[in-house]
Amino acid sequence: MLHITTLHYLVLGAALFLLGVIGVLTRRNVVVVLMSIELILNAVNLNLVAFSRYWQGIHGATALHGQVFAIFVITDAAAEAAVGLGILIAFFRNKETVNVDEVNLLKW
Amino acid sequence: MNPPVATPFFFYLLSATVLIGGVLVITRKNAVHCALALITALLAQAGLYLMLYAPFVAGVQIILYAGGIMVLFLFVIMLISIERSQKERQFNKQWLIGIAVAAALGGLLIAVYTKGKSLFPEGHLTYAEAGNTQGIADLLYGQYSGTYMFAFEIASLLLLVAIIGAVVMAKKRI
Amino acid sequence: MHDIVVYIQSYLDPNVKLTPGAAGNWFWATVYILLVFVGLSIAVIAMNWLERKILAHMQVRLGPMRVGPHGLLQPIADALKLLLKEDIMPAEADKLVFWVAPFIVVLAAFTVFVVVPFGPTHAITDMNIGVLFMLGVSSLAVLGIVTAGWASNSHYPLIGALRSSAQMVSYEVAMGLAVVSVILMTSLHGIGLYGVGGPSVADTGTLSMIGIVQAQLEQQEWFIFKFFPLGLIGFFIFAVAMVAETNRAPFDLPEAESELTAGFHTEYSGFRWSLFFLAEYSAMIAVSSIAVTLWLGGWLRPFPNALAGTGWDFFFSLFPGITFLFLGGLCFFSASRMPKHAFFRTQTIGLAGFGATLALIGVVLFFPGVRERVGDIFWFSAKVAAFMYLYIWYRGTFPRYRFDQLMRVGWKVLLPTGFALLILTALLGFVEPPVAAWLRGVL
Repeated sequence: MLHITTLHYLVLGAALFLLGVIGVLTRRNVVVVLMSIELILNAVNLNLVAFSRYWQGIHGATALHGQVFAIFVITDAAAEAAVGLGILIAFFRNKETVNVDEVNLLKW
Repeated sequence: MNPPVATPFFFYLLSATVLIGGVLVITRKNAVHCALALITALLAQAGLYLMLYAPFVAGVQIILYAGGIMVLFLFVIMLISIERSQKERQFNKQWLIGIAVAAALGGLLIAVYTKGKSLFPEGHLTYAEAGNTQGIADLLYGQYSGTYMFAFEIASLLLLVAIIGAVVMAKKRI
Repeated sequence: MHDIVVYIQSYLDPNVKLTPGAAGNWFWATVYILLVFVGLSIAVIAMNWLERKILAHMQVRLGPMRVGPHGLLQPIADALKLLLKEDIMPAEADKLVFWVAPFIVVLAAFTVFVVVPFGPTHAITDMNIGVLFMLGVSSLAVLGIVTAGWASNSHYPLIGALRSSAQMVSYEVAMGLAVVSVILMTSLHGIGLYGVGGPSVADTGTLSMIGIVQAQLEQQEWFIFKFFPLGLIGFFIFAVAMVAETNRAPFDLPEAESELTAGFHTEYSGFRWSLFFLAEYSAMIAVSSIAVTLWLGGWLRPFPNALAGTGWDFFFSLFPGITFLFLGGLCFFSASRMPKHAFFRTQTIGLAGFGATLALIGVVLFFPGVRERVGDIFWFSAKVAAFMYLYIWYRGTFPRYRFDQLMRVGWKVLLPTGFALLILTALLGFVEPPVAAWLRGVL
């Protein structure tokens, strides 16, 4: 328990991922769903950076592929959050609600 | 090399902060409280990156995630004033199925990690962080080692598309 | 016990040329943190008094004169008043968020000082990503301002908070571009026009604050003068952006009293308002430290390479002592010009005592042991103090920008200039060594 290994970080990443998945599947508020998606992306980033450190132990100090991947994930999370919130504003202007289960205009 | 100081203590402290922040995000009624909890979780995550000897990723996390994306979230939460939504029901009708699915996923992950525990032996890594930015720059832009140059250009194109898309989406009249 | 003493003294070994954080010595890191904290508090108190006096003198009036000799005790009176005021919270305000918002801003403003270098080893730590860390943590203040405006549950704070955060976010982009052009300059180690540096020096730049100043030392010029006028334009962009970043005049529409009834901190009173105030002045000092480190050579005394040698070192090391003696002399002069009425006796004695303290500090700064060590800190603080004076000067001189004019300057003027600056700097950095070699071959 005391010596922190890669597995510790992976378990933490898995726990964060689960919290994000629960948030996406159970909350009604769109903004909170988007924030849970950010939690999921953070869990993935943590796994990537933890594996990058593990890889550095094997392949030397310049094996930073995981960290570069994590930077790209953060960039993409920014782009996705911007577009998602834009869509939210457009929808809010039409229907005055922020609940996911009221977005049902196409329901049969 | 400088030995890291009190590593288990800081790891457990930071991971507790991240997990408590995550739990608060998915359970609070007020969206501003959720955003503040997420900011705490993101900053603690930046601390975890520092512990993993990834200072550049930690810096990018603080600037982009905590200082950029969360400001965007707070702006949108304030523009669509949702006091009314605080009094409504917060959880879906299918929350039970959602938690069952998450539990199944959790079971899968636990199975993977207990079976594969022996695959990740941890040596004693004490690499100084002095060359971290240089290493990332080599991977991104290096003459002979720049594996991710194309991905970098695509990412910048993606950001351009996202900017235009967000502006068009949020306009009243296109 | 003996181990602890050895641990403490291991850092004082003159062979150790690292900051406490880099050396892993947590005792001295804590000592440095406390020193920075105390120094920052004294600096904010002094800034309060200086701002009111200098602004008053620019407006041909006297400013606070009653509370101490020439108003020197005014900041203490203000602090006492703020601590003793009633703590008002608006009725429908969100209590938790209302309480947390000032602390976010203070946290962002104070954490920045972990990497500010007062000397080659006089920083709390020297992070590999120093400048990135400073820019990122100072951008966390936006979060505090937005939550403060939201939690106050009233129109003026909300509008003020949204305006203030839009302004800060816009000018952060311009600041980032100016900083990137300087980071580019740190990597130009090739033999340039001065014939220094060389191909044996690795062609890498650095993001660490101490590394940037050392790059200026190696390339033998402050970056404000490099590739003239590009360094100057970069410095100018950063100087304008940093004033807008800290919500100071002429970009202080979000918190101007005549426009929005004090903007996002309208509903804050007493101790909470003093936290915002503290954070604002600390942020001013922090971004001035960035500007001083990146463009004005940090802790380097004037002409460290051109006027090298023990004689010149001795000459420049006299400056701290002379400055404090000069300030003490000013106090004595003012004390001698006080009215000779019995009413003013305590004030005259107080001012003379203050002058004596300053003169004593000046004399202590002449001792050889102290003189060598304090030079770096003095030059850094003197340059930051010049920036503080510039802040106050701007406030007394320029009319306020309207909000749309403010955003126009940030996006349409500073951003394209920053891009052009970056491209030109890269071009010149690429072109300089071959041109310099050709010129040396010709001449």
